[in-house]
Amino acid sequence: MALSIIWFILIALLWTVYLVLEGFDFGVGMLIRVVGKTPDERSVAVRTIGPHWDGNEVWLLTAGGAMFAAFPLWYATMFSGMYLALFLMLVLLIVRITAIEWRSKLKSQRWRDTWDWVHIVAAYGVPLILGVAFSNFVQGMKIEAQAPTVVDGSLVMTTIAPADVPAAMANGNIAFNLTGGFFSLFTPFTLLGGITVLAVCMAHGAQFLALKTEGEVRERSVKVGAVASVVTVALAAIWVLWGQLAYSPNAWGWIPLVIAAVALVLAAVYAQPKVQREGMAFIFSSVGIAGAVAWVFTTMFPNVMVSSIDPAYSLPISWASSTEPTLIVMTVVAVLLVPIVLVYTIWSYWVFRKRVSVDSIDANPGILPDWIRPKANFLTGKNPM
Amino acid sequence: MDILSTALDPVVLGRWQFGVTTVYHFILVPLTIGLSLAVAIMQTIWHKTGNETWLKATRFFGKLLLINFALGVATGIVQEFQFGMNWSEYSRYVGDIFGAPLAVEALLAFFLESTFLGLWIFGWGRISKKLHLATIWLVAIGTTLSALWILTANSWMQHPVGAVFNPATGRAELDGVGGFGALLTNPVLLWTFTHVISSAWLITGTFIAGISIWWMTRSARDGGEAGVKEARQVWRPITAFGLGIVVVGGVLTAGTGHFQGQEMVELQPMKMATAEAICVDTEGAAFTVAAFGECPLDGDGGPMRIITVPGVASLMASNSFTSEEMGVQGAQQQLVELLNADPNFVAKYGDAAQYDFRPPAMPTFWSFRLMIGTAAFAALLAIWGLWAMRGGRIPTSRGLGRFGIISIPVLFIGASFGWIFTEMGRQPWVVSPNLMAMQNGDPGASVFQMTEMGISTSVPAAQTLITLILFTVLYAVLGVIWVWLMRRYVLEGIDGDQQGPDDSNANEEDSAQALSFGY
Repeated sequence: MALSIIWFILIALLWTVYLVLEGFDFGVGMLIRVVGKTPDERSVAVRTIGPHWDGNEVWLLTAGGAMFAAFPLWYATMFSGMYLALFLMLVLLIVRITAIEWRSKLKSQRWRDTWDWVHIVAAYGVPLILGVAFSNFVQGMKIEAQAPTVVDGSLVMTTIAPADVPAAMANGNIAFNLTGGFFSLFTPFTLLGGITVLAVCMAHGAQFLALKTEGEVRERSVKVGAVASVVTVALAAIWVLWGQLAYSPNAWGWIPLVIAAVALVLAAVYAQPKVQREGMAFIFSSVGIAGAVAWVFTTMFPNVMVSSIDPAYSLPISWASSTEPTLIVMTVVAVLLVPIVLVYTIWSYWVFRKRVSVDSIDANPGILPDWIRPKANFLTGKNPM
Repeated sequence: MDILSTALDPVVLGRWQFGVTTVYHFILVPLTIGLSLAVAIMQTIWHKTGNETWLKATRFFGKLLLINFALGVATGIVQEFQFGMNWSEYSRYVGDIFGAPLAVEALLAFFLESTFLGLWIFGWGRISKKLHLATIWLVAIGTTLSALWILTANSWMQHPVGAVFNPATGRAELDGVGGFGALLTNPVLLWTFTHVISSAWLITGTFIAGISIWWMTRSARDGGEAGVKEARQVWRPITAFGLGIVVVGGVLTAGTGHFQGQEMVELQPMKMATAEAICVDTEGAAFTVAAFGECPLDGDGGPMRIITVPGVASLMASNSFTSEEMGVQGAQQQLVELLNADPNFVAKYGDAAQYDFRPPAMPTFWSFRLMIGTAAFAALLAIWGLWAMRGGRIPTSRGLGRFGIISIPVLFIGASFGWIFTEMGRQPWVVSPNLMAMQNGDPGASVFQMTEMGISTSVPAAQTLITLILFTVLYAVLGVIWVWLMRRYVLEGIDGDQQGPDDSNANEEDSAQALSFGY
């Protein structure tokens, strides 16, 4: 098998790991105020992902970096084509990081609540954007092949006729660009995809919370997870069938599709309070996400970006990929490093395997906003002592 | 109309966007690199000696590290995505080489930092003391490795090695698997990496020393007997520790900067000629303290100079008062000749003589001076602080305390000017031509890209403008909170953690909470 195809699969794997891991972080974020009725319970919810969310997010950076390295033309077309959507996602990711890290730095309920709301908005927004983006991969985007030329010291793009694309590839003077504008990214199908991914993350997060908490937080998580996982099955079924029937050129896309469907159904079954096996629910939910990502990538194959304007404008794997030497270097690096990363990641989950309860939350994390310690009244600020 | 067309020039906007993101990100990064190492050393001293002062120091600076780390990570993601978002033509052209260091940075460094930082924060009392100490060391190693890989990518933009231009694909490609080795042995990388790391230590040393000097002088002056005790037992050792880092970091920063500069004279003569405002090739070139205006492309004239020191620019560049230094005009001429001899350049860009290869004169000249000038604050702080503490003295000087605090932002600004100099001085190139390869006719001779050719063409300028404004506003808001939180934690001092006046049982809980960093 060509290295470029192996890397196409590896990129799909990186996205899978990212969505499985950060997927429950987002779900937990969405549910902070649903499962946490008191300040301590909300802290419990955030604490479940406390030691892990940052490492989980690195899978996004790795997926992005690997796309850049292994498929620079894919990276360039996709990231410039989805400009505003990615910008919005970056803003949400930025504020989410500060919301988690800074929420307990001050001993003030208003401060903590404000950051929790920021966290919640980001936790809804990012999966929504990711869902719209993945649906655009499936559906195809308004992409055209263009010829970049330098005229009077600046860059000019001219669209290449579909019939001339092979010739342009032969002399290397070609770039694939989204020409449909920002709003071309939104169609009923892509919006449904956004909501589906949001639902998947919420159910996944509820199952994770049920697995990692005790007491009332756990009870509420089980309840939310039971409903959310059923809704997820329904939404995912419509989205995936629509995508497979309307847009997928590959019949073998049915294989990951069926795996995803079975797994999500099993997750929903195990999530029901009567059965209540949150560990199994979580595992099958993860398998469901993996199946769905695999399905998305089968609908693109053998392209990395599908053009909805003309098939000739689709960006093929073979053209989008880096050269053999780069892919060899990348493969060696991945084979050496990924196992090490996995080992210490798993170890960190093992270290924090205990369920989080209200008792394990510090009574007063953070410092008072404007209190100054006794005997230090030479400082500016209030001193009630 | 001219202003409007500039305001909506996608290249100008893209450059501003990248500049704002980079400078902002790099205000946070040096402190993360240096402080993770400093905290690791503090915790090691506590581990070895059992001295409570160093546990207090670990906790105090550990919290500042965490506040800082969050924003550093957040702005770092933007950095990676921006190559594809705003600079898609650049990404297409160089992705075969440039993407790999970024991917390795994530795999080798980011995972290490973020996973083990999580373990460090929440692992107090949960994993063995030794293992816990190891986690912070792994964070420190991770941040340093991170710098290594991102600087591998940046050094390649300054001096592309290990790459060939392939006319059949129109891209720069890795020169075989061995080309990757060339990236890591790029002569620019060695001095860039050591310079960046040592300047991160210098900044962190100033940060630690500045804060602890302020506390030491205050406590000793206004804190009564207990204050003097605290100043002696806690703040004096930490100050000495911070000033030690300043001295080591400062010497290394100056040394590596010197060699980096000498190398730039060889590899990027245009950048250094602009930085020294040398217009024509000169024997025994003078060092100019201040200059206004820019060198003309041909003929006489040039900037107005204030205070020149004969021969010193040559001495710094080539270790000789009388050596000949290439001026801006010579560098332009050299580039035109070399590029016109390169068929790939002519085929793509046309006649090189139509281009102006001078970087913006004033930003390059002044950022170079401000970068070096700001380091003087750290030097003065070290001299003043060490003198005031000689023979076990506890200084109480209000001025010294204030100077310690003032030095901190000044050093951060200095690091930003360093990056402004590096990146502005490379213009109008996004990938600077490898002059050595061109002179020798090496395969890498045709790898270069002008900045204007790297921009995303599918992103309307208006969108870049909107995102530029929104990013700047967001960064400003988060920056204010960051400064405010850091200041609040600095003011909290070292003994008062988590003990509010309303905590009647504060002392009982103290032991349980003492080590808590969590949410």
